[in-house]
Amino acid sequence: MLFNRSRKLQSSLTRTRQSLFGRLASILAQSDITEDTWEDLEAVLLQADVGAETTIAVVDALRERAEREHLKSAQQLRGALKENLLATLQVQAKPYLGEASRALSVVLVVGVNGSGKTTSIAKLARYHQQLGQKVILAAADTFRAAASDQLQVWAERLNVDIIVHQPGGDPGAVVYDAIQAADSRHAQIVIADTAGRLHTKHNLMQELTKIRNVAARKLPGAPHETLLVLDATTGQNGLAQARTFQEAVDVTGLFLAKLDGTAKGGIVFAVARELGLPIRFIGTGEQPDDIAEFDAQEFIEELFQ
Amino acid sequence: MFESLSEKLQNVFKKLSGKGRLSEQDVDVALREVRLALLEADVNFRVVKDLVGRVRERAIGADLAKSLSPAQMVIKIVHEELIATLGSSRKLDLSGPPPHVIMLAGLQGSGKTTTAAKLALQLRKAGQRPLLVAADTRRPAAIAQLEVLGKQLDIAVHSEGDRPAPPDICVHALEHARKAAYSVVILDTGGRLHIDDEMMHELEEIVRRVAPRETLMVVDAMTGQDVVTVAEEFHRRVPLSGLILTKADGDARGGAALSVRSVTGVPILYLGTGEKSDALEAFDPARLASRILGMGDMLTLIEKAEAAFDEKQALAMQEKLRTASFDLKDFYDQMQQVKKMGPLQQLVEMIPGLAGMQRKLPTEIDDRQLVRIEAMIQSMTPEERHDPRLIDGSRKRRIARGSGTTVSEVNQLLGQFRQMQRMLKELSDGRMPRMLGRFGM
Repeated sequence: MLFNRSRKLQSSLTRTRQSLFGRLASILAQSDITEDTWEDLEAVLLQADVGAETTIAVVDALRERAEREHLKSAQQLRGALKENLLATLQVQAKPYLGEASRALSVVLVVGVNGSGKTTSIAKLARYHQQLGQKVILAAADTFRAAASDQLQVWAERLNVDIIVHQPGGDPGAVVYDAIQAADSRHAQIVIADTAGRLHTKHNLMQELTKIRNVAARKLPGAPHETLLVLDATTGQNGLAQARTFQEAVDVTGLFLAKLDGTAKGGIVFAVARELGLPIRFIGTGEQPDDIAEFDAQEFIEELFQ
Repeated sequence: MFESLSEKLQNVFKKLSGKGRLSEQDVDVALREVRLALLEADVNFRVVKDLVGRVRERAIGADLAKSLSPAQMVIKIVHEELIATLGSSRKLDLSGPPPHVIMLAGLQGSGKTTTAAKLALQLRKAGQRPLLVAADTRRPAAIAQLEVLGKQLDIAVHSEGDRPAPPDICVHALEHARKAAYSVVILDTGGRLHIDDEMMHELEEIVRRVAPRETLMVVDAMTGQDVVTVAEEFHRRVPLSGLILTKADGDARGGAALSVRSVTGVPILYLGTGEKSDALEAFDPARLASRILGMGDMLTLIEKAEAAFDEKQALAMQEKLRTASFDLKDFYDQMQQVKKMGPLQQLVEMIPGLAGMQRKLPTEIDDRQLVRIEAMIQSMTPEERHDPRLIDGSRKRRIARGSGTTVSEVNQLLGQFRQMQRMLKELSDGRMPRMLGRFGM
């Protein structure tokens, strides 16, 4: 297994389990299904940021199923809930980066301010390095003060090449140059950092579209993956973020960051259910190695262990 | 996106209009909607429970005022309870001898560094001499970020690189401030998880050694349910004196602020409302309460308009409106200004009562219509734009061809424009009441 995934995932999920989903486990360990069972179940999902709409949908589906299949014990309910939650997360999507035969792939990383884009990019770079691929970073956040300095520090620590322009420069040009550099230096992966932007800022979203177009002009098919970095502490606004970014730049997957806290990241259920977006990776700490491929099966299994 | 609470309640109460008093059953049906609205706004589950309980008590048996519908009545009670929970604001405590120390703390990515700069700028405008302190030695280039911001705003930054321990840096900064007569010292600490014991201990150490006058927790408006766990732990380790809600310029309802206020009891002091350094507003409970309820935000809309409109242009426009010399060129310019504010749909959502309406319109139709109108005006000659009366049948055909539209669309545009001119003329003649009456106001 790559990295220290199992330990990291285990420890972050342990925390998750101990707090709320732990309560879920204890609720479901009770023998009979009563009205309290349902109410508690709802409470647990709501507090995990699953959201009212999704929670109601999940609980209603479970109720129907319990009736249909004559589920009597909370234990049986537990199996059914696990399956339902798993089904929600298993969306139809191409694997990360699609076919692997491509000579050069471009990964565009987007998200709202402070979601953890730059740190997540360091992790992604590390991930590709471990696969034996040569990575070039594009410091296309030319807006925030010292954003490219931050990425440069990571580039040095990870020993990867980075393309940096002047602060306030054209972010599209940075991506263009990075693709060019990757071509001549025979790199396989370009990872582009972009400035954090609230999805409600129309002009800034248009700028992202432009960056995308520049990438596509330089390398047909690019960006091959557009990852939205979602902070695991985000509440219901995460759905609006995902929806707007998907509309503007055709997001292909999520990077769920900051899963090492006590937040549950339950909004991903709503994002998967309503937008069909897969979760590609999870971030579980501040170090480049703190990344794991998202595995719905594992994620759900861990919650119920 | 979400149907507004007021609409939902109106639907709930449709069946029971005419009753003079709210029954227990009516209230419970309504409260289900209230509960959902608050949860969608990220108000913590426990806090919602408390709040709904209080609303229930007040609403059952409440006499319906003649002027309010049952839906309005429930909303009024919810709104009042929200305002009461949000509490009033207060100014920063800058009493006693300077320098006053203000410490900012919070999770990673909540917006501490940006907020530190905004706060420094605001304090300097109020006549203080602020010193920013780069006490985040962990995040790569956090120090550089604060230094760049300080330089941009011409505000002094105390930094010692990333080697010394943050508590030491803060102590040195305070000594420096005393010598150099800075009146306020703003500590930008690194983002940390509330469960990271070592890092939380570092905060305690800073508090112990520099005794901040204010310890402000910076909270992202988009944060979900877990914010109460985070805030409770921060408050337990370093007693907080206030909150700053950041990124409030997005469309998050900001229930997190209510949750934190409710579990810690500390007041909300400011809202961060943009990336520019002056985007820091004093907290207004009534306004945030409306926002949490999704009741539209006219104030935000007005501000958006102010931000997008060029003042000089606006004055010129005003003059044109007054003298009724508003032509199609002006109309076109006006459209460009509105476009700068964002998609129409989003603007519509901010208008109370209209929030639900946009869902009934096919999506994006209106923005596309704007594009067609633009194309038609662009296909006119400057003379035609100034005096649309010149546009005869042959010109109409030319404009339709040039803009890829039809003659009937051109007619429609000209008709609407004539109507608008008439209204403007009435407005400038001081016959406003009649016009407003036409809109049912």
